Amino acid sequence: MAMRNRAPGIVPGRLSDDDLAVNFGDLHPAYAAHEASVAADRCYFCHDAPCVTACPTGIDIPLFIREIQTGVPEAAARTIFDQNILGGMCARVCPTETLCEEACVRQAAEGKPVEIGRLQRYATDTLMRTGTHPFTRAAPTGKTVAVVGAGPAGLACAHRLALLGHDVVIHEARAKPGGLNEFGIAAYKSTDGFAAAEVDWLLKIGGIRIEPGQALGQGLTLDGLVAGFDAVFLSVGLAGVNALRAEGAAKAGVVPAVDFIAGLRQAQDLSTLPIGRDVVVIGGGMTAVDAAVQSRLLGAETVTMAYRRDQAAMGASQFEQDLAASKGVRLMFNVTPVSVHGNGSVAEVELAYTETRDGALVETGETVRLPADQVFVAIGQTLGDLPGGLDLDGGKIAVTGAGRTSVPGVWAGGDCASGGEDLTVTAVAEGRDAAMDIHSMLSA
Amino acid sequence: MADLTSDFVGIRSPNPFWLASAPPTDKEYNVRRAFEAGWGGVVWKTLGAEGPPIVNVNGPRYGVVHGADRRVLGLNNIELITDRPLEVNLEEIARVKADYPDRALVVSIMVPCEEAAWKAILPRVAETGADGIELNFGCPHGMSERGMGSAVGQVPEYIEMVTRWCKQHYDKPVIVKLTPNITDIRYPARAAKNGGADAVSLINTVSSITSVNLDTFSPEPSIDGKGSHGGYCGPAVKPIALNMVAEIARDPEMKGLPISGIGGVTTWRDAAEFMALGAGNVQVCTAAMTYGFKVVQEMIAGLSDWMNRNGHGTVSDVVGRAVPNVTDWQYLNLNYVAKAKIDQEACIKCGRCFAVCEDTSHQAIVMGPERVFEVDDAECVACNLCVDVCPVEDCISMVQVAPGEVDPRTGKTVDAAYGNWTMHPNNPLSKAAE
Repeated sequence: MAMRNRAPGIVPGRLSDDDLAVNFGDLHPAYAAHEASVAADRCYFCHDAPCVTACPTGIDIPLFIREIQTGVPEAAARTIFDQNILGGMCARVCPTETLCEEACVRQAAEGKPVEIGRLQRYATDTLMRTGTHPFTRAAPTGKTVAVVGAGPAGLACAHRLALLGHDVVIHEARAKPGGLNEFGIAAYKSTDGFAAAEVDWLLKIGGIRIEPGQALGQGLTLDGLVAGFDAVFLSVGLAGVNALRAEGAAKAGVVPAVDFIAGLRQAQDLSTLPIGRDVVVIGGGMTAVDAAVQSRLLGAETVTMAYRRDQAAMGASQFEQDLAASKGVRLMFNVTPVSVHGNGSVAEVELAYTETRDGALVETGETVRLPADQVFVAIGQTLGDLPGGLDLDGGKIAVTGAGRTSVPGVWAGGDCASGGEDLTVTAVAEGRDAAMDIHSMLSA
Repeated sequence: MADLTSDFVGIRSPNPFWLASAPPTDKEYNVRRAFEAGWGGVVWKTLGAEGPPIVNVNGPRYGVVHGADRRVLGLNNIELITDRPLEVNLEEIARVKADYPDRALVVSIMVPCEEAAWKAILPRVAETGADGIELNFGCPHGMSERGMGSAVGQVPEYIEMVTRWCKQHYDKPVIVKLTPNITDIRYPARAAKNGGADAVSLINTVSSITSVNLDTFSPEPSIDGKGSHGGYCGPAVKPIALNMVAEIARDPEMKGLPISGIGGVTTWRDAAEFMALGAGNVQVCTAAMTYGFKVVQEMIAGLSDWMNRNGHGTVSDVVGRAVPNVTDWQYLNLNYVAKAKIDQEACIKCGRCFAVCEDTSHQAIVMGPERVFEVDDAECVACNLCVDVCPVEDCISMVQVAPGEVDPRTGKTVDAAYGNWTMHPNNPLSKAAE
């Protein structure tokens, strides 16, 4: 690192352009062909493979790896896309260490799983590089489905419906489609505009129209959609964020981590993106890690992740924790913010130590103050305002079966719907399965 | 410490690892490097008759079969015998032998099937001071179309005839190298013995096409769009070679005929297996052509360690040790009953044993909850397929059912007595059926 701007406060250009380019390069660089073949050779082609069971979209992993082994990565990609049309993004962002790769028998045997995620990327990249789309639409059915939200669930649902011959209109609140693939997720997991390119590629199926700038409550009503379409799929994500409940939390410099990440993902020039010298991230999930690591990569001198429970309870996987630590993020456990100090802007965060007593998390009475000119809050997201009539379950839209809501003709999936982890791959599975359910309903 | 010194038909070498007659032994430069690397002996690449040298193709000579990670499992070649002038080879042989008196240096020869041709070359080879000759009756490509190589090796009468000429016109050991491209290796081997051969060496390469280019539809290696069968060698041919070595070693007619084992020897373990099946030494080619001459150091160290561990003092202590255990199928003990047993601690739950048993064998493995795989003794015929496909060493083993216990598959008590097919009641020719 040639240069590091240690100016106090929240300033841009802490690192040189070269350092930024290195820092935000691909976290897992793509395999070269020979690397892929060596990695593929490690797969045992298990019977009823545990990796498939562990994959929320149920990709036939041994089959696609065998297709890579035998020199037909495009066939491997089709195997992947049959189950997961966003297999390219999932190859980049899936926490494989807690899904397929954790289940890999070579993890049990040697502590070193087959690198399924990188192999999936090799296959999907190979096919997507050709610019072709591997699926052809069925004959038009004359049915039209409204999808609300162009994130992973909405896109997966729309693609499957279009494939089956239905016409789809996706209503998207933002100017660009992609949802968290475009606006969330650490930049080093989706480089070179991959999220946008993937959406363009997915839309080649035809029959999908995206209407930007439209959201429920902003020009759209659920009743209107139900009346105007043959079915409705809600994939609106979690628009709200849990606010920091600490004294002084309203001070300047305290912002939701998702906003910081979205800004970073959309920045044309990272050297213009301001970042604090001392950053504190509140939270222990993937979003917290993404914010913390990217703060370091932008040149923050100290970055601390403060999590209120112990390490075992942390939402971020061990891989993510190790990644954060390797980038110089300090992980603090059993600390909870009680106060944000500073004159107008944040200058320090005061954390209270916690412990678990009789199953309840309590403060011990000790506190510690960390210097902070920027605080990112990543303590969970919420559904936000929704039209009435939909039953909720645990703060999410209640669904049964393949995403059926309490309102007839309305399905929901992705982070906004109950059930499943809040992962891209889970959203894809839910979108796909809802599409199949909608299709069978429309075909009846 | 184990003594690796080898004495093969009176030819001494510091270890039993010789380089086979092949591209690595075509000239002085290579052979000197081989000896420096530690090879005990070399069989010089086959010499042809005096005259215009042999011509090789000018396109690719080798084809390959790869395993995982491009590991070479088999090579195939269409190279002919040496394409350098006879005089040059003879001068080099003499120089190298003079400089390495402790190493074995045997000269491979292939000349037309006429006594005059052999009579002409043998004295010249003798002049080099080489330790012996090996008759190349094996190469399956090119030379065979001209009536030499495997064209001779496939006709026992020719083998016997040429061997006899060589014994008449040459006074050092004559080793006859055999082709595997025949139906029963014992016939050419017996012919060699009858002709007076001091030893046989085998196998030469197996006729083969390694692959087809699916864009051009040319066999590989491709010469201007065409391919020709070549000679296959390397780890892939080892099982074929082991069987042929054993067939000769256990043939009463050939009792005591020394064998030089060739065919896919890649590690010390391969060498030990060849020797256990009756080979007095081994010859290596593909391993050197894959990894270079240095592999001999692993072979020497490994063989030495194994001999030390098992109390084998000399190479001859090992030679032939497995031969009494090679028998015909009809003499295998049908009263020996085993069952597969899966070590649940070692199992990584890949389920391959289940897949192959369920789909292709006897439905004797049961998949339970939590991917626990267990053997159903009532179905298991002890075929060993599960053992073979299990990726974990020693996870599945074949455990003998003790005599006196009931085999749940047959419902019969396991008999302690030996009983083979010749004695079996289902055998119409059974002697013990009464």
